[in-house]
Amino acid sequence: MKDLSLHILDLSQNSISAGAGLVEISIEEDTKEDRLTICINDNGKGMDKDFLEKVMDPFVTTRTSRRVGLGIPLMLAACSRCEGELVIESEKNVGTRLKAVFKHSHIDRAPMGNMAETMLSLILAGSDVNRNVDFVYRHIIDGRVFCLDTREIRTALGNDINLGEPEVLMWIKDYINEGLKNIRGGV
Amino acid sequence: MKTIQELEEIRKKTLDTINIRKDRSGTRIVVGMATCGIAAGARPVLLTIMDEIKKHDLSDVVVAQTGCIGMCRLEPIVEVYKPGEEKVTYVKVNPSKAIRIVNEHIMKGKVVEGYTIGAESK
Ligand SMILES: Nc1ncnc2c1ncn2[C@@H]1O[C@H](COP(=O)(O)OP(=O)(O)OP(=O)(O)O)[C@@H](O)[C@H]1O
Ligand SMILES: [Mg+2]
Repeated sequence: MKDLSLHILDLSQNSISAGAGLVEISIEEDTKEDRLTICINDNGKGMDKDFLEKVMDPFVTTRTSRRVGLGIPLMLAACSRCEGELVIESEKNVGTRLKAVFKHSHIDRAPMGNMAETMLSLILAGSDVNRNVDFVYRHIIDGRVFCLDTREIRTALGNDINLGEPEVLMWIKDYINEGLKNIRGGV
Repeated sequence: MKTIQELEEIRKKTLDTINIRKDRSGTRIVVGMATCGIAAGARPVLLTIMDEIKKHDLSDVVVAQTGCIGMCRLEPIVEVYKPGEEKVTYVKVNPSKAIRIVNEHIMKGKVVEGYTIGAESK
């Protein structure tokens, strides 16, 4: 994966596949502590303990064996490369909490990438014919907060308009880019 | 400054087209978005297709996503389902290919043979 926003997209797709109705993504960049933390919490079907251990082990994963999956091992590798860690807690039928920590300034830390594109892809995936997945995306940089909550957007739009409508997506994209620019100090 | 209030405008503006999209009888474009697809560049492909649909006002076209279909080395993969026609699978798609697929296949009904899985395996 080229950047962190692609990892976030990939791991949040797991949450959607797990039947989550709400996926909360939070990114906290703390330059004083030199730490970057990404959390993805969902209320999907969860995993039991044995399975979770298997999924975290990169050594049982190979590119040809699609039985085990690549998404989580790739994120684990990305964290480990920069003095970070990946912690996943999950409870069957309750949900999953994933936390990835990186040393912010580490030379091997992948760049953040385009979070607007990631959120758009997720909202589109979550507004497919038979489901309605909501997302909360919170991004904090040294105490400055940006937050997008699709439940608020849904309320403003009313029931008959899908979040996946192109017009709506374009608005969300601008909203995110503007919000991120603000918390980055206008650059 | 973007405000939530603007969504009210969008709401009014889009209500008509939405009813068309709702009957779902039109074309379906499916993009593979598993780890393999995302790593190979599926995200910009998906968003390019969205942009084209918006640009050309293709209100009867639906974009959807799917997981790994077992051909990781051919990702990004885009499948096109047109009513009454056989599925067409495009492989190793990038944004500029995606634009051609929408403009030629979706809009004019002409399959872009060179990008299909059939052309790839030759
Ligand atoms: N949030 C989640 N909730 C429930 N199960 C999960 C979650 N995340 C991962 N899993 C389980 O762990 C497995 C491995 O996830 P991982 O992302 O590593 O690979 P994958 O999604 O199977 O395939 P891919 O390589 O396309 O990502 C998943 O198939 C799923 O069963
Ligand atoms: Mg996955």
